[in-house]
Amino acid sequence: MEWGGEVIEFHLDARSGVAPYMQLIRQVRHALRLGVLNEGDKLPTVKEVVARVAINPNTVSKAYRELEYEGLVTARPGLGTFVTRTLVGDSLSKHEPLRQGLARWLTEAREAGLDDESIEALFLSSFRAFSEARA
Amino acid sequence: MTSALITDCLTKRYGRRSALKDCTLDIPAGHVVGLVGPNGAGKSTLLQLACGLLDPTAGRIEVLGAQPVSGSPRVGFVAQDTPVYAGLTVADHLRMGAHLNPSWDGALAERRIAQVGLDPAQKAGKLSGGQRAQLALTVAAAKRPNLLLLDEPVAALDPLARRNFLQGLMELAAEQGMSIVMSSHLVADLERVCDHLIVLVASRVRVAGDVDDLLATHHRLVGRRRDTTDLGAGRALVEQSHTEVQSTLVVRSTAPIVDPSWQVDRLDLEDIVLAYMSGATGDGAGRVLEGQR
Repeated sequence: MEWGGEVIEFHLDARSGVAPYMQLIRQVRHALRLGVLNEGDKLPTVKEVVARVAINPNTVSKAYRELEYEGLVTARPGLGTFVTRTLVGDSLSKHEPLRQGLARWLTEAREAGLDDESIEALFLSSFRAFSEARA
Repeated sequence: MTSALITDCLTKRYGRRSALKDCTLDIPAGHVVGLVGPNGAGKSTLLQLACGLLDPTAGRIEVLGAQPVSGSPRVGFVAQDTPVYAGLTVADHLRMGAHLNPSWDGALAERRIAQVGLDPAQKAGKLSGGQRAQLALTVAAAKRPNLLLLDEPVAALDPLARRNFLQGLMELAAEQGMSIVMSSHLVADLERVCDHLIVLVASRVRVAGDVDDLLATHHRLVGRRRDTTDLGAGRALVEQSHTEVQSTLVVRSTAPIVDPSWQVDRLDLEDIVLAYMSGATGDGAGRVLEGQR
């Protein structure tokens, strides 16, 4: 099988509870953040991915479309899908103020009498509702 | 886009026993569709009706916009246990396929045989289960059908052979753009390869839909014991169980459930399939009555 050394390989965690197309998106984002993928790099074709990972071709297309919509890759008809920007250092500078905001919120939650598990459950259910509302 | 398979109140009876009852489906083309359900639920019957090997007792079935005809070049079928002719060689199978099918793609057949490492001179009876399945898939795919039907193609295969088979199948789906309907017990496999799912229980369609939609709209609710007759608009109860103090529900809801009195969890495809299977037995309802005494 033609599977160039310079492209990334996808894998699937069946027990993660994360939809397969989202797993592919996260793996590309992760590779962009780590600098494994750089501008101009080619993603494997849909056919290469499905022949390797044994997943639905529409799942791969959906992940690639989503990445294109996010402006991370671009599809060049007949040539393939290419990385258009990296994520290295992209959000790290924003982490600290966000962390401080979260710490303030946690203090408030504790003052309102919530214990650790209630805080965690509240965060997870809010996060999930937020993600679903955006999806 | 046209439909790969449409059925309307499709029913198949053998004597007094219904193998399939009032089955109404609309499967869009270009999808890989998983067909799941317990043994005897009607999966094989539905597939055999779709490839024209069986005639319906009542109702209507349309495959690629026409009534199914046995032996149609537009529909490929791999029957259960992937039957091959034991006395014929791999090459004989391909020659026979070329002879019987005007649309035969000899290049595709030979490329696939080489890719999966089959020896053309080998007698089919001497092949392993995985190799036999690959041969049957190759013969069905080289017809270049628009719709490929597979009945439990990987049930008898070991995990490696199963993965190899599914890799080949997905490669065909990607390069040929054919619609695929496959039955299987192995929901974990289906979760990878299918983007559409049909759950058949006791001869009836319990649920059918896009896999991502099914995953997004099904929730497990755990909370204080309560009455489940009114869950609110847009919510349907799939399965329920109760103790004296606690209720556990599987609910289908298009809107996210934001209710602090429930702990809301996600379900994977296997959980959803199992909920529909056990929800259909009346088991959940039995437990309600028991709890109310």
